Amino acid sequence: MSRVLVGVKRVIDYAVKIRVKPDKTGVVTDGVKHSMNPFDEIAVEEAVRMKEKKIASEVIAVSCGPAQAQETLRTALAMGADRAIHVEVAGAEYETLQPLHVAKILAKLSKDEKADIVIVGKQAIDDDSNQTAQMTAALLDWPQATFASKVEKSGDGLTVTREIDGGLEVIKTKLPAVVSADLRLNEPRYATLPNIMKAKKKPLKKMTAKDLGVDIAPRIKVISVEDPPVRQAGSIIPDVDTLVAKLKEGGHV
Amino acid sequence: MIKSLASFVKLVNKNTVFLEQVRYASQALPQLSSEKYNIRRKDFGKIEPSDVDYFRSVLSEDRVLTEESDVLPYNVDWIKNCRGQSKAVLKPKNTEEVSTILKYCNERKLAVCPQGGNTGLVGGSVPVFDEIVISFALMNKIIDLDDLSGALVCEAGCVLENLDNHVRERGLIMPLDLGAKGTCHIGGNASTNAGGLRLLRYGNLHGSILGVEAVKADGTVIDCLRSLKKDNTGYHLKHLFIGSEGTLGLVTKVAIHCPVLPKSVNLGFFGVKNFENVLKLYKSAKSKLGEILSAFEMADFDSISFTAKNLKLPNPISDYPFYVLVETHGSEETHDGEKLTRFLTNEMESGLILDGTVTSEPAKMQTIWNLRESIAAAGLVGGYVFKYDVSIPLKNYYDLVPILRKRLGDKAVKVFGYGHVGDGNIHINVTVPQYTKEVSSMLEPFIFEEVSKLNGSISAEHGIGFRKPKYIHYSKDQSALGLMKDLKQLMDPNGILNPYKVLPDHI
Repeated sequence: MSRVLVGVKRVIDYAVKIRVKPDKTGVVTDGVKHSMNPFDEIAVEEAVRMKEKKIASEVIAVSCGPAQAQETLRTALAMGADRAIHVEVAGAEYETLQPLHVAKILAKLSKDEKADIVIVGKQAIDDDSNQTAQMTAALLDWPQATFASKVEKSGDGLTVTREIDGGLEVIKTKLPAVVSADLRLNEPRYATLPNIMKAKKKPLKKMTAKDLGVDIAPRIKVISVEDPPVRQAGSIIPDVDTLVAKLKEGGHV
Repeated sequence: MIKSLASFVKLVNKNTVFLEQVRYASQALPQLSSEKYNIRRKDFGKIEPSDVDYFRSVLSEDRVLTEESDVLPYNVDWIKNCRGQSKAVLKPKNTEEVSTILKYCNERKLAVCPQGGNTGLVGGSVPVFDEIVISFALMNKIIDLDDLSGALVCEAGCVLENLDNHVRERGLIMPLDLGAKGTCHIGGNASTNAGGLRLLRYGNLHGSILGVEAVKADGTVIDCLRSLKKDNTGYHLKHLFIGSEGTLGLVTKVAIHCPVLPKSVNLGFFGVKNFENVLKLYKSAKSKLGEILSAFEMADFDSISFTAKNLKLPNPISDYPFYVLVETHGSEETHDGEKLTRFLTNEMESGLILDGTVTSEPAKMQTIWNLRESIAAAGLVGGYVFKYDVSIPLKNYYDLVPILRKRLGDKAVKVFGYGHVGDGNIHINVTVPQYTKEVSSMLEPFIFEEVSKLNGSISAEHGIGFRKPKYIHYSKDQSALGLMKDLKQLMDPNGILNPYKVLPDHI
């Protein structure tokens, strides 16, 4: 049976309206509700299902971030992960933390924990990088099965259905491997009350990037973060002739 | 990031727009209300081309709708129960225009039907015969928001959800919230004294509405638009327009008190064994959660399973005979969290809560609320639904559901009950493949007689509208009805405001 390492990121909840900081250095996060990146939730669900199907023996949730990342880890534990590792990265360091850093941390932990499968969400909804899975696989020199919409155990490897442009691709990989979860992979469960209570007692190990020997010095600099352009107001026109005239005027027909 | 967020929301939350979908589902048009309920047209004037010309001179050309296809959506209510025969829809932009229109209609004895978001459930917002529809859709300006006192002043046609989003920017929330929030207007909420999901915590609109501006039948503008918490100067006239369903005057502006946006919100969704335990849990929630309790809702198994199935919404927990939804609003996460944990631990141990989930993540809370709020629309998928909204003292709160199931037998697809336990208000829905007089006569007046026997109210929050005037006596004494009639006579002597609604013909 395999040991699964699943990466979870704490992001601004997707139901919250995002605001750009007045100085354009980023978005406002203070006092804003956060939750687990929805794609990571799908990754946790898949890992837990693997355990329920006896494909996996243990599920370890990992999160890199400030102290509050522990809340996200508790959610993963309540969903069914067995234990958690919190790699604390706070303040300015967290603001410049990049997928490459996270990939290095995940790669190191995968080796230390002797993981056979690493599952992460295909991307985080805050920075949309879509790099962590790929970089982790490269650093470990493991096969990667990204944008998974179905994961099955086959022989001593995995059969993974991938969502690609215009269709699906089915691939086989050997283990160990890195998988990234796409939206249709599963519908994550709600943590039930007894499991929420139990999660409070599950082991959560705290460490730093330094403990793992990973350098998290920034490699890129954010120049500016801007709001998307505001949609222009539409107008109501009286009849089809005017519509046609307007379309011609605007060079659309 | 923002684009991806939006697409994620779209993918995951596509069901939140259920109301629109259900509303415009291409079903056969409902029967004309006048025929279905055998009503005679009262002696009002009939709209002439010269009247339309006059309205066009007051409003602009595009704000007077007379094409049959343009007028149709205003003639049908969203549960597709009622259909009127209006020939004209007027869309004023300000109070002066409303006043001018009413003055003219009053002189010509042309009946009018005010309409907000048209999400009413008792046929109050659609015409019965050829009443002229006055739509408030274009009166949607927010006039003022005082973030210290919390007083919001706005026009009647503002959509509740837009107002809620607006005041949230300033750290406040609207004191009411209901399933139809994306469509309903604040003017309609005021006119119908809408209740909803936050009533337990923030009280009803007679308390939170600070002032109204309304136009009487003769066009007189009544200015009670103060935004004071305390104002004991003479009669409290604003109350005449709150809940009178447009029969005494048309509400054009509202001043409403907005409570502070809670910093800490939690939502629990639990499975419960039987109704007795629902009540026990309510008692416990009141004492253990105290001032942070903001909603205590219940739904029976059929409500949730029917909704989950019909609208393809996920049920976060497995099957239980009853479901309870508990929401807390507070100012401090740690404090609320501790209280909630103690409450949950206790009640899991006591067995009142069989299983459940609890979350403070906005997206998850939205999904759970969406399931609860969608129950009202679920019955409309592939059939007709008889909807009852009654208040019953808590100990008998759920009694009527099993009684009705037995009475209707296999004539009903489902009979289910859900509602605001905290307010003693239950919604009973009876779904049938299609409307029939037979089922209707098995339900009415039976259900109202039963409610009356239990000392309940035949309309807790939906109002009387077109559907219930003949049953109003089950909940109102003759003396009260007499005074209502006098008030109507005083304020609208020609009876042009929303006729055939609220008051019965013979009192």
